[in-house]
Order: sequence, then C-alpha cells, then structure tokens
Amino acid sequence: MSARAPVQDWATDFDHTDPAWNDDPYPLWDDLRKRCPIAHSERFEDGAFFPSRYADVREIAYDTEHFSSRRVIVRKKKFNPLMPSPPITSDPPGHRPARMPLLPAFNPKAIERLTPGTRALCNRLIDGFIEKGACDAATDYAQHIPTRVIANMLGMDEEDGERYRRWIKMALEEGIHDNAKVMQSLKEMTVYFEEELAKRGSRPGDDLISFMRDQRVDGQPLAPEKLVGTLRLLLIAGIDTTWSAIGASLWHLASHPEDAARLAANPSLMDTAVEEFLRAYAPVTMAREVVKEVTINGCPMRPGAMVLLSFPAANRDPEMFPDADKVLIDRKENRHAAFGLGIHRCIGSNLARMELRVSIEEWLKRVPEFRLEDPAKVTWSEGTVRGPRTLRVNWA
Amino acid sequence: MGASKVLRVRVESERCQGHNRCCALAPELFEADELGNAKVKAGGMVAPALEAKAKLALANCPEHAIRLSQESVAGTSGGGDQ
Repeated sequence: MSARAPVQDWATDFDHTDPAWNDDPYPLWDDLRKRCPIAHSERFEDGAFFPSRYADVREIAYDTEHFSSRRVIVRKKKFNPLMPSPPITSDPPGHRPARMPLLPAFNPKAIERLTPGTRALCNRLIDGFIEKGACDAATDYAQHIPTRVIANMLGMDEEDGERYRRWIKMALEEGIHDNAKVMQSLKEMTVYFEEELAKRGSRPGDDLISFMRDQRVDGQPLAPEKLVGTLRLLLIAGIDTTWSAIGASLWHLASHPEDAARLAANPSLMDTAVEEFLRAYAPVTMAREVVKEVTINGCPMRPGAMVLLSFPAANRDPEMFPDADKVLIDRKENRHAAFGLGIHRCIGSNLARMELRVSIEEWLKRVPEFRLEDPAKVTWSEGTVRGPRTLRVNWA
Repeated sequence: MGASKVLRVRVESERCQGHNRCCALAPELFEADELGNAKVKAGGMVAPALEAKAKLALANCPEHAIRLSQESVAGTSGGGDQ
C-alpha cells in the first residue's frame, strides 16, 4: 500500500509509521536510548527528532520558549495553513485563557457523575457478545466506550460516533502521509459543529457544545473559529486515545492470564494496575516544532524542525522506571507521562482514567478468563496514537 | 517539653498541572479545586497514620509539585509555619 522505503538505521532515518515500529516499537526505543537518545530523520519536512529518554522528553515538554505546540503531529509534509485546535495547539500566553474555560467540565467531580452511565454502557456492550464466547475486544467493546461517552457529553446522537472515528482516522493516521485527508477531516468536522451551533442558537443547554458556546474570556465569547477549533479537539482527543488504552490493557490481560486472575481476585489492585497500563502502553505521542535554536542533550536543533514527543518512549526509560520493560500491576511509584508533562497535561485525563478503569472492571467481572484467538492477528493503529485495532479474544 | 515534630504537605501550585494523582492516592490530604488543580486539606497537616499516603502521593506526582517537610510545633501554643 505504500512505497516507503524500509528503515535501515533508526538513529538517522527513523519512521514512526514503519511496519517494524508499528509491530513492536519497544526494542527499537531501547536500542536508541543506548546508542542515540535523540534520533533524527529527514523523511519529514524540515526534519524530525525523536528523543527516547524520559529526561529529554520532560525538558522539551517544559520548554515552551524553544518548542511550539502550533504543530502537534509530525507529517511527511507540514500542514498549512495552521488549523488551530486550542488549547492543544496554543503556546503561552494564549494557552492559559484557551484552556481555563474547559477545565471545570473535566474536573474529578464532573467526571465522577459520568461513572454510573459508563458502567451501564460497558455492560450493554458485553451483553451483546458474552453468549458468543468470543468477540473483537477492540471493535465490539473498547472503541464504543469513549465514542459514546464523548457523543453524550457533546449532546449528540451516539450513532454519530461512526463518523467521529472516520474523521479521526483521516486526521491522525492516513493524514500523516496525505494532507488532503487532514483537510477533508477538518472541514467535515467544522461543518458538523457549525450546524450544531446554529441549531442550538442561544438556547440554554447542559452539553459541552452549549457549555463552550457560553464561555466568556475577558467578558467576550470565544471567536467562532476558536470555538469550533476547540470542539474539534474535544472530539479528536478523547476517542482513539482512550479506545487504545482500553484495548491495549485488554490485550495485556488476554496475553497475561496471571495478571487477569490477580486483578479479578483482588480488585483493589486496580488503582496501580490502571496506572501501570497507562505507563507501559501509553497511547499518545505528540509533537513540537522548534521555533528558536536550542541544544537538547548535546543535540543542536534548528527552527522549523519537528520533534516527535513520545510519552510512550519516556515511560519505558529504565533510568526513570526500574524494570521499565516489565508490566507490574502493583507498581507503587509511577510518575508516568502518559498524559503529558507541563502546561499541556491532557485535559481529559480524569475522564480517560475513569473510562479505562470502569471498562476493565466491568469486563473482568463478566469475562474473568479470556485469551487471544491468535496473537499474530492482532493489528495496531499507526502513528500518533497506538492501540489495537483488531483484537479477537475468546472465553469459555 | 521540647517542640514536637509534625509532617506537613504542600502543593506548589505553579508546578501542579492537575494530574490528580495525589487526590486519588490520598483523598484525606488532597482535593481538587474547580479547575482540577490540587490543594491540601486541613492546612496540610499530616496525621501520623497518613504519613505513608503522603509519601506515596509525592512519589507519584508527575510534575514534582508536592513537598513534605518536618515542622516543629511548640507545645500547645498553636505553632504554625517556621
């Protein structure tokens, strides 16, 4: 399907869409951490760096002077014009005012209210396949949970989720090599939200679209393009990411029945297990664009270059995490970076944690023992967000 | 008698980004504000039974925003910050 040359040397020619990376990136990162902790590639416009050590990822995430978030995805060709989705694409000083209005909708209390409904949703999904003794845990279960939760939060029909996933695939996967797909996805989302805003007019409502419409910054409503940009972000950011985390956790439990048995027998381990799944299988890799000349860990970087900011790689750094390559569901100290570090900490982290926890809890209550049908047939998404997209499992 | 030592916990608000790990691990000591950022409960005084939880919260903060300190409390006079 692609004419891309296979990678020969990951240190000088990495490609995060290469099948080898997609298949199993962890050994590649371990090797790079030892011999070239900041890898480089010319496969992407203006070049891209890939830091694989926690300390370097952290330094870059905190450094908003030299690294801009105006581009958060490394693409073959840079996407122009910039299509802001505040606050993820915002830098200081605009970042804070773009972020503040969103925060109350995602604070722990607001998310706690969504827990019973999410539990019920998980059980409805399980009802649909439990008698069959088998399912695709990625497409019959995991993918529907964040999709329907966010659709409900936005006040939209759950069935719209199908469209959401198509837009996201175009923007985040196919779009890495094809900017026309990105443009199409962004345009369709923009039309979708403009229509929804028009339908609502100024009628009060308790959904996220109405909530964002009613926000005021310095007494002013958000400019229409900022409002729609933020709504696009809410849709893009909360679906593939959590779907991936749920799927990867179920993949782990299906292939490590001893961990599934421990968790089923001892639900209080769920606190540490959820954090460990987030560390070991962190789904999200962001990016930054160098905007001021800088040297990181001895590596000079020039403006225009992109940095693949891999929180998943940081989370596997043995200098930061003892036994980093082992998944220890009772790991007590876990300063993982799955939700980012610094001012761009994932706004939906409380929501994602709740969905991940509830989906695994409800699954294990009803399907405590299960296994992969065929480990070789599991497939993983490509690029920005990593998680299983085919995950056939069976039980009984 | 001499001053007794108590453990006190603080959140450096300029570092906290609202990961809420502390609130989940030690809800007796931390809570989230409206924006989801952490603040200490009860002035940050840590009862001896909660010392382990306070240390766990510190060890799990991704932003290194939590500080623990031993403080002297002079008798019953109220003491306070040194």
